[in-house]
Amino acid sequence: MTHEGATGPVAPTLTEVVTRRDERRVAPRPVGTGWRQRLEIVMFVSPALALMAVFILWPVLSAVRMSFYRWKGFGPMDQWVGLNNYRLVLQDEVFTDAVMHNFTIVVLSILIQLPLGLGLALLLNRRIRGRGLLRTIVFVPYVVAEVIAGVIWFQLLQPQYGVVDTVLTNIGLTPPEQGFLGTPDLALPTVFVVLTWKYLGLAVLLFLAGLQGVPDELYEAAQLDGASWWQTQRRVAIPLIGPTIRTWAFLSIIGSLQQFDMIWVLTHGGPANRTTTMATYLVEQGTERGNYGIAGAASVLLFVIAFVTAVAYQLIVLRRDTKVDR
Amino acid sequence: MTDKQTKAFGAGGPLVYVLALVVVALTLGPVLYGALGGFRSNEQLASDPAGLPDPWVFTNYSTVLTNSEFWRYALNSTVVALITTVVAVLAGVMAAYPLARYQFRGREGLFMVFVLGLLFPAAVAIIPLFILVTRDLQLGNTWWGVALPQAAFALPITVVILRPFLMALPRELEEAALIDGASRVGIFWRLALPLSMPALVTVGVLAFVTSWNAYLLPLLLLQDDMRTLPLGVADYSTEHSADTAGVLAFTTIAMIPALILFLALQRRIVGGLTGAVKG
Repeated sequence: MTHEGATGPVAPTLTEVVTRRDERRVAPRPVGTGWRQRLEIVMFVSPALALMAVFILWPVLSAVRMSFYRWKGFGPMDQWVGLNNYRLVLQDEVFTDAVMHNFTIVVLSILIQLPLGLGLALLLNRRIRGRGLLRTIVFVPYVVAEVIAGVIWFQLLQPQYGVVDTVLTNIGLTPPEQGFLGTPDLALPTVFVVLTWKYLGLAVLLFLAGLQGVPDELYEAAQLDGASWWQTQRRVAIPLIGPTIRTWAFLSIIGSLQQFDMIWVLTHGGPANRTTTMATYLVEQGTERGNYGIAGAASVLLFVIAFVTAVAYQLIVLRRDTKVDR
Repeated sequence: MTDKQTKAFGAGGPLVYVLALVVVALTLGPVLYGALGGFRSNEQLASDPAGLPDPWVFTNYSTVLTNSEFWRYALNSTVVALITTVVAVLAGVMAAYPLARYQFRGREGLFMVFVLGLLFPAAVAIIPLFILVTRDLQLGNTWWGVALPQAAFALPITVVILRPFLMALPRELEEAALIDGASRVGIFWRLALPLSMPALVTVGVLAFVTSWNAYLLPLLLLQDDMRTLPLGVADYSTEHSADTAGVLAFTTIAMIPALILFLALQRRIVGGLTGAVKG
């Protein structure tokens, strides 16, 4: 378990966060006591706490406050409307659809990116030539900015003149007339394909790192017992990297609920609001329409939804790790 | 990734290599399309979107590279990313140090504050953040106005990565230094910081690349010649939508720095994390 994050920039950390196990093992012992130590602690910790208080806590609290007012972004914030903004947001089909879109991305990620990523990781864990290079290549899209990836894919997906449409036409298929991003029913799945291209590398890297932690002896034992390659993976390797998989899923869920950049670049939430997410909704309400109260309410709802999902996931899925795997 | 021998038995058969090739093609295809498309003319792109440059056209790239706006965006991106990185790493390692090496009441609770910070996506706070930075702090359209909030949002992950690393530093060194009369603060500067360099590089690169690629916050806070590269790329591609080749050249150049940084530091990043995790 401690090895699985070795290669992914984000991996060990979130594993630690989510499962929080190793801490007490290496508890440092007390050195220095009394006011002097307290002063040192305050001195060390206060810059970080101050930054987070000003730029995270305060804005979040402001969003909560804002959500109870009708406010257009100028003048005093004095028109208290209670829960009216929440009512408006929850009754707005654009928002409820946006929530649906977020969760569609969550579910598709688990159903499609998990098997794909796992398959690729198992493939790259074999003793093949150029494996190191392959690992690097697979990770490239993850390093590219979402905006840049979005702009390139936007060109690739141009109706008729884009590469994707051209290739499809050449092999005798008919691409949709308004392009993949312009056709309401296809827009969200298309965005999801691009997101998969962008984020599959992270899954592969995390899973590979997890596979590195599986002891050789287990493979050898399985081999001696006459297990095939696939049986070994299925019965030995995959169960052992369960914690890594669950941590990846957690990251993926949180990321999907916050999705903004790629959609803003590819579709701006369109066509006909078919690809809006909670984040695009609140940015549009806030900066483009000046409905700050509504944006505040949408922010709070986004946070609550993300938080509840994270806690529920933690309780249902990740708790198993602490109980079973150790 | 330590270079352990592969455990999976079975070298790859031909099928494995074919699959690997498909994956490489799908992964690099769009990136190469962008890079090669920058070497083609718009006529070439229109007549055969999936073709290779013929003849090779260099004007798209030279236009971007001689475009003063591009350099302005690159400068903004660099400065914002540097400020973000320095602030996040410095404040982060300072906070992680007592959380790792001191024992005091409420230590775990304090650590939880940083862990919880991970659960606040920037999107939630974005509108009030916009108001705070532009109106209350008067930092709208400045480097610091973007860098400070970005550093704040980078702090939770920084502290969470650094803490176990600092915990794993050998206690003997610290004791020896104490015997030699060093103060805790002296130990921090002269012992803990140098020893945790690999982990600092890791979190530094993470913060830098995240800032370099950031879109939402700069989108709200920066305009005109304060824009960063992602904003520049997005705006350029809408403003010059007819000039596909130019857009591709611009985009390709904009993604190079993050790629180079990642490739150059790949081993250090990985090494830092391995160290952080294994001790």
